[in-house]
Amino acid sequence: MMDELYRDYILEHYKEPHHFGELENPDMQAHDVNPLCGDELGVHLKVDESGTITDLAFHGKGCAISQASASIASEELIGMKVDDVAKLDADWLIDLLGIEISPTRRKCALLNLKVMRGAVTGDASWPE
Amino acid sequence: MTEQAVHAPASLAQRVRGDFPILAQEQDGKRLVYLDSAATGQKPSSVIDAIDSFYRNSNAPIHRSTYALAESSTQLFEGARERIAAFMGATTETTIFTRNATEAINLVAHAWGRDPRTGNIGEGDVVLVTEMEHHSNIVPWQMLCRDTGATLDYVKITDDGLLDADDLAAKLAGGNVKLFAVAHISNVLGTVNDVKALVAQARAAGATVLIDGSQAVPQMPVNVAEIDADFYVWTGHKAYGPTGIGVLHGRRELLATMRPWLGGGDMIKVVNWNDSSYNDLPWKFEAGTSAVAEAVGLGAAIDFIAELGSENIRAHEHALVENALPRLAEIPGLTVVGPGAEARGGVISFTLDGMHPHDVGELLGRENVCVRTGHHCAQPLMRRLGIPATARASFACFNDTDDVDALIEALHKARKVFGL
Ligand SMILES: Cc1ncc(COP(=O)(O)O)c(C=O)c1O
Repeated sequence: MMDELYRDYILEHYKEPHHFGELENPDMQAHDVNPLCGDELGVHLKVDESGTITDLAFHGKGCAISQASASIASEELIGMKVDDVAKLDADWLIDLLGIEISPTRRKCALLNLKVMRGAVTGDASWPE
Repeated sequence: MTEQAVHAPASLAQRVRGDFPILAQEQDGKRLVYLDSAATGQKPSSVIDAIDSFYRNSNAPIHRSTYALAESSTQLFEGARERIAAFMGATTETTIFTRNATEAINLVAHAWGRDPRTGNIGEGDVVLVTEMEHHSNIVPWQMLCRDTGATLDYVKITDDGLLDADDLAAKLAGGNVKLFAVAHISNVLGTVNDVKALVAQARAAGATVLIDGSQAVPQMPVNVAEIDADFYVWTGHKAYGPTGIGVLHGRRELLATMRPWLGGGDMIKVVNWNDSSYNDLPWKFEAGTSAVAEAVGLGAAIDFIAELGSENIRAHEHALVENALPRLAEIPGLTVVGPGAEARGGVISFTLDGMHPHDVGELLGRENVCVRTGHHCAQPLMRRLGIPATARASFACFNDTDDVDALIEALHKARKVFGL
């Protein structure tokens, strides 16, 4: 039975998230909660002189969608310039996830991008 | 069949299901299994019709005009108050309409707590709540304490989700608890607190007592005269009534000396250039145009509960809890929070290993099984329990064991999706 939302790769990322944890002496970091559900997410980043993200770790508690989204995004974000991360929008992440996200679960999916952009820009607004 | 028919849970739910139009709907051929009445209740036809009929036949300004239509709207509004007051064991004078329970608590925090003439709450005083409170019964007191220099303290709960009697006794023994505010039934744990005993105990220690009856009024007999709290608040939309209407019952002597909270029309007697004299109880606390249709709807909701009998609703939901608890416990990885059936109302919160409550809620929703997920406006309690969130099933008079069946089946199905 293949579920249209909880696809195998989503559940794999949920059960064994990539880049889950914390970094020592991160160059940038941010932490936020989803006020609707109280789920939490924090990110730690290592950034080199050229402004490229060399390492990343996220931690927190959340549903399968929020955890898988953070795990999948982390793969793309490592190697990106922080200036480019600042420009990422909601569509980028939703496309990357490859699943239909209902309006009620949108914030679950987008929390990690909100925190990531907050870490590099200081602007903690929700991605549009 | 006859055996079935005399079985209390089956009969009550089967009798009333037809009264709730919303239950007739389906989603992809699946009937609506509504297990979220602790968040908001569904409305019987009699409530919907009362509101509809009010606007069609009786709408006019209340309390002022002299024409026949206005008289009828006033009578409907005040008649609802009379029936609600009688049902609750209160008087009309001490039955104040608010927007909801939250507003009723804020009214007390302002009009009683912040009154500079009496200094009811001041520096060095303690406002005591409990770890099982809803944010509505925490945040107004945090704000009051911040403004007055009083301290907010919490009675601990035991691991079974009961109030910790020793901790309560110790905190009351401190001698500086001015207000004790506690839920009659916890919206997360389902714990039914013995509020009558709590009121007596806290009063003996010199505290004024507020009971948050939001979860209790819809599901068990409540008589505010017997409980004898200083303030008892509840909310209409959880009690089969409409949104936008709640009730504050208060002790007459307190209400009489308290200053109004909101100023405006309806709450005055005479308005001079610089000051005003205030209206009598209960209108002193009902500034501005009231939620008239909502009050009429709430009157119909109370009639509905009275006709079924609160004790029958309580027995029915208790039987459902007794049916559901052992069956839920059989699901691998499922943990119920809160006390056993004997101390519990019609509320069951639980966690499921390997699945976040949101995912549980989403997958149950696909089976048209409606449960609440999240922190249930009780973040301090979640912290105490050491969990970020729970899923919660809650019962009403129209639920039956077939709804429990649907819940259990949907939970098994959800686990399968997650490969558990
Ligand atoms: C125990 C309890 N107190 C207070 C409230 C607040 O009710 P309302 O939002 O209608 O004011 C609720 C409902 O969410 C509740 O369950």
